Amino acid sequence: MSKEKIEIIEDIYKENNIIADKVNKELNEKHVYCINVMGSPGAGKTSSLVQIIKRLTGSTAYVLEGDIESDIDTILLRKLGVEAIQINTGGACHLDSLVIENAIKGFNFKENGVLFIENIGNLVCPAEFIIGEHIKMLISSVAEGSDKPYKYPLAFEKADLILLNKADLKPYIEFDYDFYIQGIKALNKDATVFEVSAKTGDGFDEVVKWLNIKRSTKN
Amino acid sequence: MHEYGVTCKVIKIAEENAKQNNALKVTDIFLVVGDMSGFIGESIQMYFDVISKDSITNGAKLHIRVVRSELFCDACQMNFDRPKFSFECPICHKNGSPTQIGKEFYVEKIEIEV
Repeated sequence: MSKEKIEIIEDIYKENNIIADKVNKELNEKHVYCINVMGSPGAGKTSSLVQIIKRLTGSTAYVLEGDIESDIDTILLRKLGVEAIQINTGGACHLDSLVIENAIKGFNFKENGVLFIENIGNLVCPAEFIIGEHIKMLISSVAEGSDKPYKYPLAFEKADLILLNKADLKPYIEFDYDFYIQGIKALNKDATVFEVSAKTGDGFDEVVKWLNIKRSTKN
Repeated sequence: MHEYGVTCKVIKIAEENAKQNNALKVTDIFLVVGDMSGFIGESIQMYFDVISKDSITNGAKLHIRVVRSELFCDACQMNFDRPKFSFECPICHKNGSPTQIGKEFYVEKIEIEV
């Protein structure tokens, strides 16, 4: 019996990334634009999606709704006429690309569709996994506090688009906007930030305008 | 829960490489984990001890090398170790921007018995 050293250098994300590329390719073939929606529980991910989907004209929206438990959000979206499929991870704290590869089989995509994948409410690990998306949209909110870019840097670093939700609550809470933006700019110079309120709908016209430009200039 | 899935992946990578090299046993696994990777060495170790039981990696020693995260300062044109709770360059005090150093997460090598 002898001992041997085997050099490997294999990225632990490798398999996930290969499947994510496959998912992205499949969506491109179907001309579907995919947005990975991240944010902490209660940031307003689903209610922001409702505001965005209302304003999407000429495109069909699809939602993969990720939650540890329950189908509350899926029922809400379906009531509004949105094609939505629930994914329950039963405890896992993020969605990975294998889950998405299987879940998208449930949609019969029309051309020029937009697929929103609402990740598990969590500011940590959803940012670590690509799942076939074209962009990552982070829903953050003034109620969470302005220190979040400093406490959960990866989510802010990876986001292409950041919505600062619940902006209508600003008069009632202490939120240091400059501190918040400084943190984001340090982590991610390219991210676009919009102040919105999913309750009133304020700010979402600009968000959808931005998304439409982004979609049309993809590639 | 967070580290469970990735520990399974570590074991799978070690198993595949062990098999390709006709190993009887995997004695050591060397992991590189950046401190910004979001994964905690102790937690990977805990899952490893449980999950590896029915595998050729059972009993293997897990070596985890942690890489400290570095930021890049545009003004000073150099990397610096990320201070705790801040992005500030220790020289000019401007905020640095993220680099790939500190996000590593890979199996570097294994040692096997053949």
